[in-house]
Amino acid sequence: MSKTAHVEITVNGEHHSRDVEARTLLVGFLREHLGLTGAHVGCDTTNCGACTVHVDGESVKSCTLLAAQCDGADVLTVEGLAQHGELHPVQQGFWDYHGLQCGYCTPGMIMAAADLLKRNPSPSEEEIRHGLEGNLCRCTGYHNIVRAVQSASGQAVSA
Amino acid sequence: MSDGDGSSNGNDWVGQAIRRKEDPPLIKGQGNYVDDIYLPGMLHAAIVRSPEANATISSIDTAEAAAHPGVVAVFTGDDLADDFAGPLAMVWDPPGVDINTPEHWPLARGEVKHVGQGVAVVLAGDRGTAVDASELVVVDYETLPAVVDPEQALEDGSPLVHEGFGTNRTHDWAIAGGDAEAAISEADVVVERRIVNHRTSGAPIEPRASVADSRGDGVTLYSSTQIPHIARFVLSGVLGMSEDKIRVVAPDVGGGFGAKLQVYGEEALVLALARKLGRPVKWTETRSEHMTTSHHGRDQIANVTFAATNAGKVTAIKVHVISDLGAYFGLLTPFIAELGFPVTNGCYDIPNVKLDFTGVFTNKFETDAVRGAGRPEVTHWIEVMMDQLAAELGLDPAELRRRNFIAADAFPYETPLGIFYDSGNYQGTLDKLLEHVDMDAFRSEQAELREQGTYRGIGLSTYVEVCGLAPSRAVGPQGVGLQAAFWESAMVRVHPSGSATVYTGTSPHGQGHDTGFAQIAADRLGLDPENVDVLHGDTDQGPFGWGTYGSRSLAVGGESVGRAAEKVQDKAKKICAALLEAAPEDIELAGGKYQVRGSPDKSMTMVEIAGAAHIPPNELPTDIEPGLEETSFYDPENFVFPFGAHACVVDVDVETGKVEVVRWVAVDDCGPAINPMLIDGQVHGGVTHGIGQALYEQIVYDEDGQLVTGSFVDYALPTAAEVPMFETDRTETPSPVNRLGVKGVGEAGTIAATPAVVNAVTDALKPLGVTFMNMPLTPMRVLEHIQGNGGPRATEQGREIGTHGQGAAGSGPARPDEGGGSL
Repeated sequence: MSKTAHVEITVNGEHHSRDVEARTLLVGFLREHLGLTGAHVGCDTTNCGACTVHVDGESVKSCTLLAAQCDGADVLTVEGLAQHGELHPVQQGFWDYHGLQCGYCTPGMIMAAADLLKRNPSPSEEEIRHGLEGNLCRCTGYHNIVRAVQSASGQAVSA
Repeated sequence: MSDGDGSSNGNDWVGQAIRRKEDPPLIKGQGNYVDDIYLPGMLHAAIVRSPEANATISSIDTAEAAAHPGVVAVFTGDDLADDFAGPLAMVWDPPGVDINTPEHWPLARGEVKHVGQGVAVVLAGDRGTAVDASELVVVDYETLPAVVDPEQALEDGSPLVHEGFGTNRTHDWAIAGGDAEAAISEADVVVERRIVNHRTSGAPIEPRASVADSRGDGVTLYSSTQIPHIARFVLSGVLGMSEDKIRVVAPDVGGGFGAKLQVYGEEALVLALARKLGRPVKWTETRSEHMTTSHHGRDQIANVTFAATNAGKVTAIKVHVISDLGAYFGLLTPFIAELGFPVTNGCYDIPNVKLDFTGVFTNKFETDAVRGAGRPEVTHWIEVMMDQLAAELGLDPAELRRRNFIAADAFPYETPLGIFYDSGNYQGTLDKLLEHVDMDAFRSEQAELREQGTYRGIGLSTYVEVCGLAPSRAVGPQGVGLQAAFWESAMVRVHPSGSATVYTGTSPHGQGHDTGFAQIAADRLGLDPENVDVLHGDTDQGPFGWGTYGSRSLAVGGESVGRAAEKVQDKAKKICAALLEAAPEDIELAGGKYQVRGSPDKSMTMVEIAGAAHIPPNELPTDIEPGLEETSFYDPENFVFPFGAHACVVDVDVETGKVEVVRWVAVDDCGPAINPMLIDGQVHGGVTHGIGQALYEQIVYDEDGQLVTGSFVDYALPTAAEVPMFETDRTETPSPVNRLGVKGVGEAGTIAATPAVVNAVTDALKPLGVTFMNMPLTPMRVLEHIQGNGGPRATEQGREIGTHGQGAAGSGPARPDEGGGSL
C-alpha cells in the first residue's frame, strides 16, 4: 500500500495542495483531509448518494472517485452552496417543506437536486423523482423532498 | 394552577406547522454525526468477522497483522476476556417462563454461530491500515452444519445452534382470552393461512458508529444510538464500571428505525479498547457490516385462524407464531413478536383470542426491533385475514370491517387479553378515507382498465397500534417481565435573561423533537419556540431517560415536557403574583404575558419574571426559592392506541410481475396535532418503509447461512421513483391517558402499510385466480402466483380451508421458499 499522489484541488473556492495516499477517495479527502464532513458515507456500493458533491459543475458520488482523479478539479460541497449567507434555493426548499428528518442523506440529496435544477430548471414531478433516484432517503418517503425541489424551481408545489 | 387539562394559556404554538429548528445546520452540512468526530490520537478499529455460520475456532494467528506497519494492537475475544465484567444484555425475563439465553460477548470465544460474528479487532492510526491488517489475521475454523430455516430448526435431528441447550427452541409464551377453540369449532366459517413476515433490515442511511474517549476521568462514548441512558446503564454492567464514570452522547443520529435501539458489542468493545490503550478509539460500520450485524427485524411465520359467522362477525382469532431469533439475543430479541399482542384484536370487537409464540435459534444474526416491532406483523396478519375472510364470505372488505369495528362509544374498550384501548373512532377514519376514495368510481375504472389489459387493484388497511411505551408496572419485571421501566423525564430551565432550555430523556434521530417539544414548552412558559432550546442525547446533561422508540417520545416524553413546563409556569405565577401584589390564582398566562385576571394592564413577561427569579428584588418573599427550573418524571397509566385507515392502489404488470404503487391515501388519528407538518412527514416515511417491506426489501441467507443481501445492491430500499405523492388526512380523537391528548405516529405508517399493499395486489390479480400472497411481492413472486393461477404453486404459501375441517393442507409443499430465504 501507501503509494502517494499529489493533488491540487479547489474546494468551495479554496485551493488545496496535498500529498495523499493514492487510494484516497474524494469523500475521504474531503472529510479526513479537509474536515469537510458534510458529504456522508452511507454505503459501500455507490447506491445511497449521501456523498454527492459537484466536480467541475457536475453531480458526482464522491465515494466513487479517487482524490487523485480530481487533480486540478473544482469541487463544490454542501458547505459551499450557500452564498454570502443566503441559502441556496434548494436548501431553502428543504427547510420550508420539511424535506429532511435525520439529515444524513440531506447534503447529498441537496447537491443532486441542485444539479438536477441546473440541467432542467422546471422538472415535472416524474423528472424530479427520476433525477433523484440515485439518492436514498429512509426517513421522508421522498414526498417532501419532491415538494422542496418544486419550490426551489419556482413551480407550484404539490399538496 | 396546573389544572391538568393540558391547556397552554400562552400563545398557541401547539398545532402550528412551524419549520424545524433542527434544520439550518443539517442543510448546510454542519451536522455532527459520530463518524464526523475526530479526536487527537484517535485509533480506528477494524473487526475481523466470521465467514462461517457455525464453527468452532481452532486457532487465531494475529502475528502477521500485529507486525503490519502502523498497527497498534490486535486482540481476540480471549485476549479481552478480563476486560468485560459480563456479557451483553437481554432484558426480558417473563414471570414463569424460562428462556434459553446464550452468553453473548462482544467478540467470539471459541466458537462462531453466525456469519459476521466478530472474532478479532485490529487497531491502527487510520482506518485503511486497520482494514488492511485485519485481512492478515488467520483464523482456522472447524465448520459445523448450520440451520437457517426456523421450522427445520424445530425438527428432531436438526443441527443445534447451541449444543448446550439440547434444542433450538428458545422459549414458548402464550396468552389467551375467551375460548378461541370453542368459537372455532362452532363457527360458520373458518379461514386459515400461513402468513410470513420476512426478515428485513432497519437500514438507516447513517451506518452505526461509536467513538470512545478515555482521556481524563472516566470514559465518554459517542454513539449513533436511540438509547444513550440505557446504553450507559447496560455498559456499566458489561464493563464493570461505575455508571457515573461513563458518559454516553448521541449527537446527530442519522436515522434509527429500531436498528439503533440496541446496546451492541461494538459499543462495549470500543469502550474496553479505549480504556485498555488510553487513546480514543473509533469504529464505523460499513454498509455490508450493517446488513450483516446490525440487528434484523420481523422473520416470523404465523399460522393464523379466523372464525366467523355467515353474517360476517368475526368470533375468534387463533395464532401460532414462530419467531426466527437468530443465534444470539440483543436487548429485546425474544420479546419482539410478543410485543404485538396488545393489538391482536385489531380494530375489531372479537371476543376470543388465543396466541402462542415459539422462539427459535438459527445460525443467523439476531432479530430485534425494526420500525413497529411486533405490531406490523400482527397488523399484517389481521388485515390480510380480513380481506381473506371477506373473499370467503363474498363481502366487500370495507363492509366486513364495518360489521366488526369496535364502536366509537365503546371506549375504553377492554380486549379479551385484558388490554384497554384508550380511545378511538375506527369507523370515522374509514368513512373519511372513503370520502377521498370513491369506491364505486374506482371499481368502474378498474373494470375499464382490465378491458385494456391493465391490472389495477385497491387494498385497505384499518389499523390500530399500541405505543407510548409504557406504563412501567404493566411492562416491568412484575408485569410482562421487561427488566426496565418506561417513564420519561424532562427538565425545563429558564435562564436569567428569560430564554429556556428543555432537557428530555428521549433521544431523537430525525423525528423533530427540538421543534415539537419547544412548541409544547413555549406555550406553557409564555415564550417563542425560537427561545426554547431542546437538548437530548447526553447522559451528563439531563436526568435519566429511556430514549426514543415505540412511538413513545411525544406521548411520554412530550407529556413530561408539558408537565415540567407547567410546574415552571406555577412558580412563575407565584413570583409574578408577589411582585404585582395579587393572589397566584389570579394570575393568568395570556398572549405570552402573565397578567392579573381582569387587569391586563398589570402584567409581567417571562423575561421579567426570570430576572426576578435569578436576581430577587427585596419585594419577593424569601419563602420563594430563587431559580426557575423544574423536573418531571412522568409514568403513563396506560399505553396509547393510534389508529387509521389507509388505501393503496397498485398497477401490476402481468408480463413482468412488477408492482407499481400509483396512489396512497392515509387517514390517521394520533390525537391533537402538536405540529401537523411533522405528523405528515412521519406518515410519508412510515408508509414508504412498509412499501419497501411489502415489495422490495428482504434479508436473505442461503442454506449454508451465508448472507446473500449484504449491500444496497441486493437489499433494495425504495427510491423516489418507486413511491407516489401521499394523500394524507387526519381525524383527532384525544387520548384520555395524557394531558396533551396525544398518541405516537412514528411507526403508524409502517404498521398500516404492508397489508394495504398485499391486499391491493391480490385484488388486482383476482381475475387471474390469485387469492392469497405472502411478501415480498417481488416480480418473481408475483409471476409465480400469476403462472400458478390457483394451482399448487399459488397455494403453497397458505393452506386454504374453505369451511371448517375442509382442509387443503396437502395441496402443496409444506414450506414456502421464504423461510429459508431465497428470492
